[in-house]
Amino acid sequence: MARETGESGETKSAKVKKHKRRKSKKESKTRTVHANILYDHTKGVDNPNRHYANNKIKTTKYTLLSFLPKNLFEQFHRFANVYFVFIALLNFVPVVNAFQPELALAPVVFILSVTAIKDLWEDYRRHRSDKEINHLDCLVYCRSEKRYVEKYWKEVRVGDFIRLRCNEILPADVLLVSSSDPDRLCHIETATLDGETNLKQRQVVRSFIDLDCEFDPLKYNSVIECEKPNNDLNRFRGYIIHRSGKRDGLYKDNLLLRGCTIRNTEEAVGIVIYAGHETKAMLNNNGPRYKRSKLERQMNVDVFWCVIILLVMCLFSAIGHGLWMFQYGDKRPVFDVLSPEGTDLSPVVSAIYLFLTMIIVLQVLIPISLFVSIEIVKICQVYFIHQDMELYDEETDSHLQCRALNITEDLGQMQYIFSDKTGTLTENKMVFRRCTVAGVEYSHDANARRLAMYQEMDSEEEDCTSHGGTLPRRDSVTSHQSGKVVLRSQSTKSHRRTGSRAEAKRASILSKHTAFSSPMEKDITPDPQLMDKVNECSSQMEFIRFHSQSLNQIPPDLCDVFDFFIALTICNTVVVSSPNQPRQKVRRYELKSPVKTIEDFIKRFTPSRLTSGSNNSSSSSLATNRSSSHKVGCSMLSSPSAENTLTKLNEEKRPEHDLQHAFSPVPPNFDKTKALAQDECELRFEAESPDEAALVYAARAYKCALVGRLPDQVTVELPHLGKLSFELLHTLGFDSTRKRMSVVVKHPLTEQITVYTKGADSVIMDLIRPATDDCKGKRQRKILYKTQNYLNLYAADGLRTLCIAKKVLSKEEYASWLQCHLEAETAIQRREELLFESALRLETNLQLLGATGIEDRLQDGVPETIASLRKAGLQIWVLTGDKQETAINIAYACKLLDPEEELITLNADSQEACAVLLENSLHYIQAKFLCNPRPDPQAARDYAGINFSSPVCSPASSGHSSPFLVHRLGLVIDGRTLAYALDKSLEDKFLAVARSCRSVLCCRSTPLQKSMVVKLVRNKLKVMTLAIGDGANDVSMIQVADVGVGISGQEGMQAVMASDFALPRFRYLQKLLLVHGHWCYSRLANMILYFFYKNAMFVALIFWYQFYCGFSGSAMVDQWYLIFFNLMFSAFPQLITGTLDKDVSAETLQELPQLYMNGQNSEEYKPYMFWMNMIDAFYQSLICFFIPYFAYVDSDVDLFTWGTPITTLALFTILLHLGIETKTWTWMNWVSIGFSIALFFTVALCYNASCPTCFSPSNTYWTLQRLLGEPIFYLLCVVTPIAALLPRYFYRACQGTLFPNPVHVGRQLDKLPMDMRRIFLSQSQMKLGSLGSLFPPRAPFFPLCRPFQKDYRPRVKQAHMSSTKQKEKAISSPIPSKSMEMRDTPLSSKTSDNHITLNFRMQEKVQSCRQGSDGPLSENLHCVKEPSSPATGTLTRTKDTPASRTVLDSTGLEAPLSPTDLCPVRLLTSTPLLPQTETMQLTTPPSFFLGQKLEDEDHSNQKSLLKQARDVDHSQSTSCLQEHSLKTTFL
Amino acid sequence: MGKKQTGTGPLSRRPDNSAFKQQRLPAWSPSLTAQTVLPTFYILSLVCLLLGIWLLITVKNTYELKVDYTNAGTCERCFNLRKHAIDSRTACTCSVSFYVPETFPGDVFFYYGLRNFHQNLRRYMDSRDDAQMVGRKNNLKAPSSYCSPFDYYADGIPIAPCGAVANSMFNDSLTVMYNPTDVLEIQVPLYRKGIAWYTDKNVKFRNPPTNNTFTLQQAFEGTTRPLYWQRPVYELDDTDSNNNGFINDDLIVWMREAAFPNFKKLYGVLNRAQGPFTEGLPAGNYTLSINYNFPVEPFRGRKELVISMVTWFGGQNYFLPIAYLVTSGLILVTAVVLTTVYVKVGKKGKNMEE
Repeated sequence: MARETGESGETKSAKVKKHKRRKSKKESKTRTVHANILYDHTKGVDNPNRHYANNKIKTTKYTLLSFLPKNLFEQFHRFANVYFVFIALLNFVPVVNAFQPELALAPVVFILSVTAIKDLWEDYRRHRSDKEINHLDCLVYCRSEKRYVEKYWKEVRVGDFIRLRCNEILPADVLLVSSSDPDRLCHIETATLDGETNLKQRQVVRSFIDLDCEFDPLKYNSVIECEKPNNDLNRFRGYIIHRSGKRDGLYKDNLLLRGCTIRNTEEAVGIVIYAGHETKAMLNNNGPRYKRSKLERQMNVDVFWCVIILLVMCLFSAIGHGLWMFQYGDKRPVFDVLSPEGTDLSPVVSAIYLFLTMIIVLQVLIPISLFVSIEIVKICQVYFIHQDMELYDEETDSHLQCRALNITEDLGQMQYIFSDKTGTLTENKMVFRRCTVAGVEYSHDANARRLAMYQEMDSEEEDCTSHGGTLPRRDSVTSHQSGKVVLRSQSTKSHRRTGSRAEAKRASILSKHTAFSSPMEKDITPDPQLMDKVNECSSQMEFIRFHSQSLNQIPPDLCDVFDFFIALTICNTVVVSSPNQPRQKVRRYELKSPVKTIEDFIKRFTPSRLTSGSNNSSSSSLATNRSSSHKVGCSMLSSPSAENTLTKLNEEKRPEHDLQHAFSPVPPNFDKTKALAQDECELRFEAESPDEAALVYAARAYKCALVGRLPDQVTVELPHLGKLSFELLHTLGFDSTRKRMSVVVKHPLTEQITVYTKGADSVIMDLIRPATDDCKGKRQRKILYKTQNYLNLYAADGLRTLCIAKKVLSKEEYASWLQCHLEAETAIQRREELLFESALRLETNLQLLGATGIEDRLQDGVPETIASLRKAGLQIWVLTGDKQETAINIAYACKLLDPEEELITLNADSQEACAVLLENSLHYIQAKFLCNPRPDPQAARDYAGINFSSPVCSPASSGHSSPFLVHRLGLVIDGRTLAYALDKSLEDKFLAVARSCRSVLCCRSTPLQKSMVVKLVRNKLKVMTLAIGDGANDVSMIQVADVGVGISGQEGMQAVMASDFALPRFRYLQKLLLVHGHWCYSRLANMILYFFYKNAMFVALIFWYQFYCGFSGSAMVDQWYLIFFNLMFSAFPQLITGTLDKDVSAETLQELPQLYMNGQNSEEYKPYMFWMNMIDAFYQSLICFFIPYFAYVDSDVDLFTWGTPITTLALFTILLHLGIETKTWTWMNWVSIGFSIALFFTVALCYNASCPTCFSPSNTYWTLQRLLGEPIFYLLCVVTPIAALLPRYFYRACQGTLFPNPVHVGRQLDKLPMDMRRIFLSQSQMKLGSLGSLFPPRAPFFPLCRPFQKDYRPRVKQAHMSSTKQKEKAISSPIPSKSMEMRDTPLSSKTSDNHITLNFRMQEKVQSCRQGSDGPLSENLHCVKEPSSPATGTLTRTKDTPASRTVLDSTGLEAPLSPTDLCPVRLLTSTPLLPQTETMQLTTPPSFFLGQKLEDEDHSNQKSLLKQARDVDHSQSTSCLQEHSLKTTFL
Repeated sequence: MGKKQTGTGPLSRRPDNSAFKQQRLPAWSPSLTAQTVLPTFYILSLVCLLLGIWLLITVKNTYELKVDYTNAGTCERCFNLRKHAIDSRTACTCSVSFYVPETFPGDVFFYYGLRNFHQNLRRYMDSRDDAQMVGRKNNLKAPSSYCSPFDYYADGIPIAPCGAVANSMFNDSLTVMYNPTDVLEIQVPLYRKGIAWYTDKNVKFRNPPTNNTFTLQQAFEGTTRPLYWQRPVYELDDTDSNNNGFINDDLIVWMREAAFPNFKKLYGVLNRAQGPFTEGLPAGNYTLSINYNFPVEPFRGRKELVISMVTWFGGQNYFLPIAYLVTSGLILVTAVVLTTVYVKVGKKGKNMEE
């Protein structure tokens, strides 16, 4: 190897020289790092590293000196500030000035200083944390002392050698040159960077791998050339050039990033490459995002109107003044003061001057403090959202994060939600569910039962906690704990519950690192059949191995089973570690690395080595040595029974001597005591993705356990065979384009070079070797066919499918491939592309082994959340990268799709096909829903779930002529078709179709498509969009949407980083939107409107006065009051109201999601409301002006004695106005209003009593004091506010009585006592009827419930019964019976063809798109109504039902009506490989969860069942009654 | 903040369960519906009605009399004379007779009224120097720039009191004669002092410091009278030497700028110490003799004498009682409307509650 590189090194060094010369020219391209120790004075001029940033970080924006100018400069970026400063400066011009110039500066200075203080404080906090970080210690090599010395982080410089110990945090970006790890690895945890808690391996630079002794910095004399600092965490390229001229590539695997933590590695040494601000972590560190909310956009329009009003007022005054001057002609009246120069001013000139003066006087109209107030209120809102207990997730100890501070109110106006599926709707906790190997399905029934148990446990636990929730709030903490206590006592009673998720929760709280390994995922109950096969297989293998027979003697299916599990175990990147101890590895006697060169390959694969390799003792001893540190860590299930899965893994402890005597020699540095200490701990698998871990755990359940992974070797422990080491030749990592990953290994038993591939079924199936005609081929075809069938079944069950395949390479094949691959690997340009191509070349002609189905469980509360969000008028689209079938079934499971509703599926192969499909769908929709007038529109609406002039569309409909209807339709579109549909020519049609569907499901969509869909909807429909997702693939969509929400789940933090809000769970979205969104929106909208009103009202007072002072710009309100009125006297109450006001309580908002439409339709702040408020403001100011005017007219009153009462009256009126608008009065409201009034009088009294000469030219000495002694002042104070507020008060009272909007009704609900309200909400028809009927007619209502046929859980039987009773009651009332009829027989009565069939031919391609539909639905309706009817006979279940069926019968529960049973989904798969599956009728339940539930229901005790049933009954009857009541009352 | 750092337990980031943080502060949420609002309406209406009636009765018993003397009686000549600034130095006296129909009982206030005189113009109002008016020596000689152009004469002598307001001071002197019979003429005695605010007289307006040897005139040495004035400020009142300088009551009253272009300012209060005036101002014929100095023609203004009684809430003004009565009526109307609404839709509202 050395020889080879030496040779090529010669040529390379020449290149380097050339390169160096070139480099000097284009310095900017790269960075060269020398070691600092080569240079005496590290700070000297000759140090080539001196230009690079040092490691001192300074995230502060300002220094002491630069603070003022810089902060001011930044603040003046805001236009409003510039405007106000301009006005203040205008005051310094004597001809136009209105106020004492210094005073005029006061508000601007005040606003600027408030902001400045806020900035200063933030900056100071940054400064403190910087200081803390800068003064952390690390070990830096010191040349003079020839050892590592402690230094502060800030003293670290580029080119320094630093030594890192385990669990230390990296101070800078460091190139790894040495590691104590025998494999020259270093493990780091990157949680602080990307939130991924799994360990990542980093490798020592290749040139230093071979060093035997400890790395000595003094001997280092290489030069590193690498990229300029950039912010791409996943990219690093460069070379290291040794003195010898040898050049080695550097990759991201060699770089340790600042902020990461060293794990599992005793010691590592590295050279600093990037320091301080040039580190990737710092470059990635951008501050919070700033967006402008919809409300603010609307507000800005109105601010603009305010400017217009201001200008009109000023212009009016100016003209008035000109005319006034003009009327005196040449004779100047005695009171007309000449200009200071003593010259006359012509009317025109003085009009112009006056215009400017008026701008100053009336400046308050532009609400200077509005911007600051909004900021304050938003910060408070964010604080409260942060503090919400209900948005706190105990399991992860995380709560909601608001990352964008200024769009809280947008949350209240969302119209479309775009959701990712995996990890967002589902938990992204992958659980191995079933598999098929060699065409045989293993259903893992026991496993299914076990999983069901967890599920049941969860719901029970929720019951407990929800009981706690009903207690008074204060006690909820304790009650919660008591809930837990109850739980524990239960768990002692019934053994099998101990391992429930509650336990898992507790466990995961204790150790954060168990993110992927809750017991639910880890414990897999093996299928007995498969277990038998595994055992048989391995025993045969053992036999064969000991007798040195050929492996061919094993039957092919057993062989497949064996390979299948090997593939599961090794085809991944899972790292094995034990949780307590850092991995301590034994230095290997011979060092091997993955094949890197051809020579290496040839050397390694010479026959002699192969034979020696087959000597099993050597290979297994190798394995043992390596794994001896965790020794007994490999845990094995002693029994596969479900009973034991909950307790800790029952570890089969092997006596230590067993191991030792079996494998000699014992490594010299092996520590027995340590090993003993480790006895207890189990192995931990750290995987990059949860499905990998799930598969590894599954394999372990079959005793095929992964026990160690090294860069070049994977060790697997097998029954009978013991530990087997697979030489890992290559790992071709997973990427989203290939959708698969492969490993190339040398099989220890067969010595064949084997490729194991694991990947998405659609991809793998295309890569399967075409079957030959012989009998082997036949078998393979059969396997293929069967597997495909099972895959479809899995998908129909909502399972994630993966195919496992293998391929055996001949040595020649391998050699030729290796040649290319190595070229690709060493390529400098286009390395990624070449590697990709190389991988493609390898992964062909595979042999299918089997497939797995992994279940991704729905998160808690997802269906409920979706239901209530939908009731709130939100359109929910799911954009997922998953398969169509999986996605559809998850959609059914989370109630996104309704079995009752029709499904339009768009799958097109070409642009034209897509166009035709869209056209036809559109026609179909129009034909069905629009051009088909129904006799009874009410019924039609009811039936189809149509929402006339849906709120979702109504804002958009401004641009479109007719309001859009949202039908009870679902649209499913796949990625390819989506690509066509998103084309410019088709996007309008696509939108037209999509928007008329209730739910849209985009499968197989790429991240880019996701963002394109969001963009399309947002831009074309002009709606507010929210995107929610958890993974890196959702980032683009999150960024495009108006509000991006990240789920801080398991797929790292990228989504969270890009998001505006980060939630721990999907279900929190409900409260975030329905409650906080609604509140934030209504608070802010009301506050903004109030602000406009307040300023207009106050300013108008002064404007009216201009008619009495010759339009001269004088004001009866003293300048002090004028300036501080907004800033101080009237500021606090509105802030309090803007922060705390609750129009409807949180409970009601959640119970009646319809109230959310208030925000969607922007009903709190419509454009006309601005003008209404303006008119009201002008009316009120007229009253406040003219009542005092007429009261004082013709008297000897002086200006300020008259003006001060007006100010007081205005203050009272404004505060009382706020009082009318305030919906909830807490003590803070009272205090703030009292404070405002007190403040005004205090300030005014002090001001009027202080210096009589200081505030020239105005002089209000003793005015207020005198006024307070005059009765007329009080008389005015009584009558004026009453007269001014009478209209508004009257209007509000009328509104509350005559035409209350839903919010009013919700508020009235709030006033009822708690228990009463609950009763009303759940039972009273009248109540909700009135609610429904009170919706303004244009405000559409979404069906308050969905028909009760929806919930098919057997435990709901009672609910059905009761709701049927209710229904009968409803029917007995005369009117609604008709609509009931309509609903009961909606589809069946219509026609029998509920399938939408869009068939058409195009270029001989038949694209047909069938509808999942509801044929037997009516029958099922019957069985809901008449529980005894034998409708269950129509159900067809494919597997494992008989047992459970009998159980079901015995428990006397009604036959399960799972939604799929009702509607066999017809799917036309277009997989080109499988022409025979043209029409496949799937009769499996689409959601296996539901089916699952049926079974575990039996096992649960009757009591809990009843309770659940009651609960469901509750909600059921509620929702149904809501619908009824809409018609039953007030008709 | 500190709390967050100290808690490191498994649930350390759990928010506090306090009423404030969970937004569960006890709150009163009034709902504005007919039945909640109606009582308020009726009560308010009643209150306003009662107040209005009370005020109305009070106002009914007050009298006010205005005598416009701009060009009435013999003042036509003076009015024309004052049209031209050239004749401003020539004195002019005239008289106007008027009839008081009813006795003004109690205290009677005499005002001079000006119409169309904009004392509330912004630049006019600013044109004064309060610091000078409190008698500060420095400001006396160096008036504030606000007074410009009435701060210095062209030759640089400062003006005291400076500014347009002082400069344009009303300088007619009025004498009211009571004519109980055709022959008899009794001068109506007026208090010409104590007509300004106490605080003005004692705090806002002070003379420069004087003592027995250092007279007021000496104190004002080096300043000159305003352009339009006939006498210097220290000789404003020739009858009472203590009423001179900045603390002259007429000056103080004038300096308090009126809010509206039509205003009146207190001239004197009836001295009820003697004669027929002990009970107030008796009904009968009166003559007003005027020392006519103040020109009003240039701004089309009017001058008048206003004789008025004062009630506990001000002068004779019918507006306030009417305002109360109208407001009361309006509230009543809305209340009635609401009541009908309540009766008609009330049942629904009730249902909502039940």
